[in-house]
Amino acid sequence: MKRVSYDIVIVGSGAGGGTVAQELSPLCRQGWRIAVLEKGPRLRDDEFTGRELEMAGALYEDGGGFLTADGTMTIAFGCAYGGSTVVYTGTSMLPPERVIRRWDVPGLTHADLDCRARKFMAENNAHLVEDGLINENNKLFVEGCRKLNYDVQQFPVNIKGCRGSSLCNLGCPNQAKQGTDRVQLPRAEQNGVEVVTRCQVLTVGEKTLAARVAAKPAGGKGDPSPWEPGDYQIDAKIVVLSAGAVNTPALLLRSGMGRSLPRLGYGFTSHPAFIIVGEHARPITNFVGHPKSYYVDQFAESDHFVLETCMYFPFITAKSMVGFGESHSAFMRAFPRLQMILVLACDEADEYNRVAIDKAGRPVVEYRFQHDAIRGLIRGAIASAKILFAAGAVRVHMPVARDTTIEAGDAARLEEIAAAAEFRPGKTPVSAAHPQGGCGMGSGPANSVTDSYGRVHGLPWLFVADASLFPNSLEINPYVTIMALADRVAQRIREEVPALL
Amino acid sequence: MPLNPDLAIFRAVVSTIVPEAAALDEQGWHDLHQVVEALLRDRPESLMRQIRMFLGAIQWLPVVRYGRPFTRLHPTARTRVLAHLENDRIQKVRVGFWGLRTIVLAGYYGRPQAAQAIGYAASARGWEALP
Repeated sequence: MKRVSYDIVIVGSGAGGGTVAQELSPLCRQGWRIAVLEKGPRLRDDEFTGRELEMAGALYEDGGGFLTADGTMTIAFGCAYGGSTVVYTGTSMLPPERVIRRWDVPGLTHADLDCRARKFMAENNAHLVEDGLINENNKLFVEGCRKLNYDVQQFPVNIKGCRGSSLCNLGCPNQAKQGTDRVQLPRAEQNGVEVVTRCQVLTVGEKTLAARVAAKPAGGKGDPSPWEPGDYQIDAKIVVLSAGAVNTPALLLRSGMGRSLPRLGYGFTSHPAFIIVGEHARPITNFVGHPKSYYVDQFAESDHFVLETCMYFPFITAKSMVGFGESHSAFMRAFPRLQMILVLACDEADEYNRVAIDKAGRPVVEYRFQHDAIRGLIRGAIASAKILFAAGAVRVHMPVARDTTIEAGDAARLEEIAAAAEFRPGKTPVSAAHPQGGCGMGSGPANSVTDSYGRVHGLPWLFVADASLFPNSLEINPYVTIMALADRVAQRIREEVPALL
Repeated sequence: MPLNPDLAIFRAVVSTIVPEAAALDEQGWHDLHQVVEALLRDRPESLMRQIRMFLGAIQWLPVVRYGRPFTRLHPTARTRVLAHLENDRIQKVRVGFWGLRTIVLAGYYGRPQAAQAIGYAASARGWEALP
């Protein structure tokens, strides 16, 4: 086993880890050694091909096929230099005041988070896309919402030089999306932070980590790790865990910290989601242009759902529709005429849904669909169908209806269809791309894992800086809030450097 | 091909889930199998065992009701068998079918030819690639 030492080690390079790396990187000029350990590979620009399965295999944990313990929900999260910021759509949302107030974390105010979030919005070039670059998939959503008097709003997105490939979720082939791989990590590296890819941290102990560096697989994408393949012991005076809401709690559990931190792994939420697909009589621009420009969140509090525009790729679209055979194929053959809406349920932290580990120490997500989340998905599906028909769709694929194809002539019966809707785990295709919680912030070990600055209770050298800090669902796309929280973690470390190092 | 012993069953399932697959030539099937193989390459052996067991159940369960295995059923009866699994009252059965269906859809729609056939033509050039 090789042995190396650093002053600060950051595990993970996504919205949390990338931010902490950037914010602490000036310390390198004072002689401190900082490393980011990233499990995934670092791809060259020319390796972003936009090919669906190829990119999913290269950029997502388990190729995008990570399942909950009972197999009823897919959780998608990135595993690459830049983490999930490589595969998100770049939708940049400020933390909602009502949610932060409800979190009720001592020492954490909305005003503080909002201020930090705005800093990263500006840094990442978050802005509203000009009207001429918005495709019909999005415009029809707006048209349908306005006819129904829904309060439709435009997403700020963090793009620069977007050509409209629509391939955001497969890693932008034009490097337009301003993720940590494009903004924060390069700046951190310029200042002297080392980024070690293909490096999986196995356990974390008292100021030391055990890690394994993998060789580049034959035919695989990305550069080899800067370190030789093999096992490493890494000593560090400060450790920051930013491996995401699935892997950070799992790493701490694997390291035996569940005994002193009884809330570890609990409070997991994920915004379970599915897509509603509408077919138009004519082709629309859908697989060109930024895929996610608008949303409706007016139902988040009353009905527990948020609607967002979306556009997926052939396999994911096929997988996301219920059923098979001719009716399923008919929608797929209509691809250039399809309009898509993503329904996200606002789930709540409870005592069942959590991250655990199996006998081999791998993460296991125990997840049961809550009544309100199911109701949110059904109500969201009905609202989406109304929008699609109002926008002119001739038929809609409704994953919770008994007969999943609804013709425009039956649009008036949508409430009746909702009454008979059936949500069947294992049949209804649900996926989630916003894993949150598991290392929630709070006042002490009885109700949380960390304090409001991400410091793990009882371990002054250990911090968490990712979505696992959320004590409950954020109810919006989370990356900006993750960055704001990570900024607080970095601030606390900077303030305490003399004592900690 | 990791599903080699069950290839005929697998192809019958694929053609039921995606009817267009029945028209694939040998090259098309070869490409589909390649996609599935790549998808399953790094998965644990336990998953492969589960898939083979599930395919075995699909092949032989219809004997009880139809008096013949899945591969010898009319397409309408094949559809009924799979629909029964998709809607089974036992969640584990539904999840098993969902997993198999996912592999099939990846194999079929993961091929560039399938994307082309359904008119999907996303390009890195984005708006500039529009005719």
